[in-house]
Order: sequence, then structure tokens, then C-alpha cells
Amino acid sequence: MSSRLFVFILPFVVIAIFWAMSRYESKAAHDPTHKGFFERNGTVLGIVFILLVAFWALFLVTLPYLYMVVESFHPKLPPAQRGGPTDVLTIAQYKSFFINPVDNEVNGIHIYAFAYSIITSVAVTALNFAICYPLAYYMAQAGTAQKVRLLMLGLIVPYWVNEILRAFALRLLLASNGLINQTLIGLGITDEKIDFLGNNTGLYVGLSYAYLLVMVFPLYNAIESLDKNQVEAARDLGAPWWKIHRDVVMPYAKPGIASGCTMVFMLSAGSLAAPQFLGGPSTLWFTSIVYDFFFQSFNWPRGAAYAFILLAACIAFVMLMLRMFKVSLGETIK
Amino acid sequence: MSSKHVIKGMIGFYILLFFLYLFGPLLVMSVTAFNTPNYPTAIPFEGFTLDWFVKLWNHRAMMDGLKNSIIIGLGVVAISVPVGLAAAIIMNQIYHRARGLFYLVTISPVLTPGVIIGISTVIFWKDFFEGGDRVTALLGLDWSVKGTFYKGIVLAIFGQASFVSAYCLLIIMARLQRFDRAQEEAALDLGASYPQVFWHILLPFLKPALISAAVIGFLSSFENYNTTTFAILADKTLVTVLAGEARQGTTPALSALAVIIIGISLAGAIVYEVMKRREESMAERAKERAKIAERGEVILGGT
Repeated sequence: MSSRLFVFILPFVVIAIFWAMSRYESKAAHDPTHKGFFERNGTVLGIVFILLVAFWALFLVTLPYLYMVVESFHPKLPPAQRGGPTDVLTIAQYKSFFINPVDNEVNGIHIYAFAYSIITSVAVTALNFAICYPLAYYMAQAGTAQKVRLLMLGLIVPYWVNEILRAFALRLLLASNGLINQTLIGLGITDEKIDFLGNNTGLYVGLSYAYLLVMVFPLYNAIESLDKNQVEAARDLGAPWWKIHRDVVMPYAKPGIASGCTMVFMLSAGSLAAPQFLGGPSTLWFTSIVYDFFFQSFNWPRGAAYAFILLAACIAFVMLMLRMFKVSLGETIK
Repeated sequence: MSSKHVIKGMIGFYILLFFLYLFGPLLVMSVTAFNTPNYPTAIPFEGFTLDWFVKLWNHRAMMDGLKNSIIIGLGVVAISVPVGLAAAIIMNQIYHRARGLFYLVTISPVLTPGVIIGISTVIFWKDFFEGGDRVTALLGLDWSVKGTFYKGIVLAIFGQASFVSAYCLLIIMARLQRFDRAQEEAALDLGASYPQVFWHILLPFLKPALISAAVIGFLSSFENYNTTTFAILADKTLVTVLAGEARQGTTPALSALAVIIIGISLAGAIVYEVMKRREESMAERAKERAKIAERGEVILGGT
């Protein structure tokens, strides 16, 4: 229990340190115009604000994350032995990602699933960017206000239908006796049914389809504020269209591009619905493996370790990309 | 000139393709909801039926799930909107050295995969409630904290509120940045207290942002799958019931549900569009009137 208790106290210590620092600084540099927090908000409101935010930041965000990390450094034990002498810190769960504890061989399946999930997510992100960029540019620069609003509504309405039903809709199209196969056979293009779900086409389409909107909006917001005269000027100076986009629009819209790509990448790397409903029987998706640890083998520590590996890898990858394209994280989230 | 037409045609074709991609699957699914075969197919269309809607209505698990989804959605909104508001206000006032960390902590749920939020929520609250039980046992109370609170609905609310609050924070902060401090100062000069400024000036100014935060919060809670599927434990929401149904096989009743959702959202979209147009024409008329009034003034000033 000691490691869990330590983690529980940790955020409170951090807050206490910051509080002490602010006390010290306000005393050192005395500023008579400065008003205290409770003076500015009223005592009652101030307390309510602090309680609300503390509950959120500590109990809904920080502590759950820290507990997940702690859990991943523990062995899998029956409930009665939790907190007992066998409940020690261990890296066995992380080791099991690389080396299978059953046969001591390299854990090829899980490593492959991990790499496959990441690479597929990157590809889906690139695909969605290619699909959405022209539309976002058209909406932001060329369309009239009314047309844009209509397009916008057209974009939003399908997204009120939830993820599962959208995956279900795609499955009706892509299943072996679905509409696309019926059409292809009916037109005589192919004689045999194509197994779109088995060869992972369904998975790719499903991921792309699920996160189109997440890409369109940041792009649109970024391009919208670009002064039309800049594009005009570039055109007057004789730049071909692809150069205008490469040298004028895209550099300007970089924060929006980064934000859209980050969101799509994170969402698809962590997605559960598309691989569950549109993947074939042999599709190995990393979050599905995590899901199985929780619901089939009830191995929470190992599931937590895998989840943490995924989170760390995704964050590292996004950070690397942002640094490469020289965008700050703050810009991305706006 | 003709090349311009070609480009225009190509853009139109592209937009058409894009929306075909977006709406095509939903249209096909909608057709299957009205078709008689047991397996959802659009072609051949064997006969028109509304049976699948009746089946959906009589689907106990789905209706129970719907009830839970609504309870969870309302719970999430009740937590997230006040939290988002409080966090947006504190963001401006917090000790400057702590601001970076505060921003990172409050925004991180937006980028964290939902699966991980769900897992961490379950792990933490299980330990926390078990700790609570130990405390009540020490106090000699005959009351189980875990038995009372360790429930799917509670955990789903906590898990979803963690990222919905972040959405609310972003929405409210965006509007708060446009708040004119002069208004606050004017009120203070006129003798208002700080809480009065909050209730009578800041809140009315933020009202549109609060409403859209509530709507977006409810919708993202209602639709959520990744976090909920972990946090919901033995309970069910509409989406997790749907997922179970879709995994077991396919039935046109699912299509019927989609038709209802599409119908509702289309109606909402149309109402929104009509309201927006009316608002615009009203703004237009007001502008016209202002122009006329201005002209009148000019004339009056001239005479």
C-alpha cells in the first residue's frame, strides 16, 4: 500500500510547494494594488471555484493517471493479497511486452500489434489530411458564407450518429455480402467476393471515416483567418497553385494542421470501435489487446502497463512531430 | 475562362465525392431499417416494413441503456460546466509559476486516448473506495463506501467528466478572453462587489459559451464508447448495449436506431439554420434602420 499512499500524497505536496512559493514571493515583492484570490472573487465563490477545480484536477485527472502507472508496476494478485507482502514493485509487466512470460521468447505478436497500430494511425492521419485539406481550403477561402454554413451542417449531422453506428454502417457496405461486393459482382468486375474486413480495408476506411471532422475543423479555423490578399498576391506574381499552397497557405495554417493531425493520430491510435467492428479475425490492434487484458484475462496490471506504453509512445511521437515542424503544444490545443 | 470552369467543376465533383463518402454509408443503413429481411441489406429491397422500429422500442436492454446514458449525460454536464467555468477563471488568476503545470494537467484529458482515461478511472476509484472502507471499518461504521459508490454510472460520470470538463474549459476560456475588463471596472466603480460582478456581468456575458459547453458536453458523453466501456463496469449505456449487439451479429433494429438519431439531428440542424437566417435578417433590418436614422440625423444636422 505504501507506493499507492505515496502517490496519493504526491500531488498535495506539489500544491503545497507552489502555495508556499507564491506566499514567499508576494511577501518579498509587496504590491499594494495586488488583490488576493478571495478578495477578487468573494470568499464563498472563491472556495467553490477552488473545490471544483481541485476535485477535477486531482481526483479526475492526476490521481487516476498516477494510480494507473503505479498499478502497472505491481504483480497480478487476487484481491485478498493486495497490499500484502507479495504486493511488491516490479517491472515484470513491462518486461512481458518484450518477452513473453509463458515461453520466454520475444513477444512478437504484441510488438507487431503495437507497431502496426502506430503505423496505421500515421497513415490514416496522412490520408485524412489529404482528403480534408481541399474541403477546408474551399470552405475557408472560396465559399460564400451561406454555402459554408450549409457545408458545415452537412459535416456535423453525420457526427451526431455515434461511433458504433457509423462503424456498423460501414460494415453493411463492406461485409462479404455487403453492398459493395454485390455491386462489384453485379457489374461483373469481380467474380469472387472481396473480403474487405479480412484484408483490413474496413479498418482503414473505418478509422478515416470516424475522424474526418476532427481534421476538417482545425484546418478550416486556421485557413479561415488567412488574408485572401496573400493568396491573390502570390497568384498575381505567377505562382502555380501547388506553390501557393506549399509556400503561403500551409505555413500559415501550420498550427491548425498540427492540431488536426495530432488529434486524428491520438484518436486512431487509441480507437477501439473501428478495430472491434471493422477488423478481420486476424487483425491485431493494440487497444484491443489492452481491452482483452481487462475483460478476458482480468490482468489489470499488465493492461495498465500496456496502456501506459501506448500513452508514452503516442506522446513521444506527437512531441517529436511538433518539434520537427516547430509548432508549440499550446498552439495545437487552441 | 474554360480552365476556370474545369476547376470549378472539379471542386464541385470533389465536394460531391466527399459528402457521398460522409453520407453514403448512413443512407444505405437507413434503407436497411425499412427492409424486411432479418439481415440488414439494402438490395434487394424485399418490402417496406416498420417492424424494426417496434423491435427497437421493445428492446429492454437498449431502453435501459438509454435511460442510463441520459442520467450519465446530465451528471457529466452538472459537473463539467461549473468545473470548466471555475477552471477558466482560475487560469487567469493562478500563481504564475504554477500556470504551466495547471494548463498541462487540465488539458491533458483532451489528448489522452479515451481507453486510458477509462482504465485509470476504474483503477483509482476502486483503490480509493477500498481505502474508504478501511476508514469506515476503523471508525466502526456499518457502511460500505465501495458498495455505495463503486458503480458503473458513478465511474462513467467521473471518467467522462474528466475530459468533458476540459472541453468546457476550452470553450469558456475562448469567450472569456474577449471579455472587456472595462465593464468589470465600471461595475466596481459604481459600487458593485466582486461576487456581484460575477453574477450580473460575467455570467450573462458567458451565457452562450456555457450553453454550448453544456450541449457539446452532453453529446460527447452520450456518444462516448472508449472511456465508458471500461468505466461502466456491470451497468449499461445505450452505446455499450449497441456495441454488444453489433458484436453479436447484425440486426436491422440497429439501423432503425440510426434512422431515429439521424432524423433528430437533421431536425436540429434545420431548426438551427432557420433560426440563424431569421437572426441574420433581423440584424440586417436593424442595420438598415440604423442607416436610415443616421441619414435622418445628417439631414437634421444640415438644416
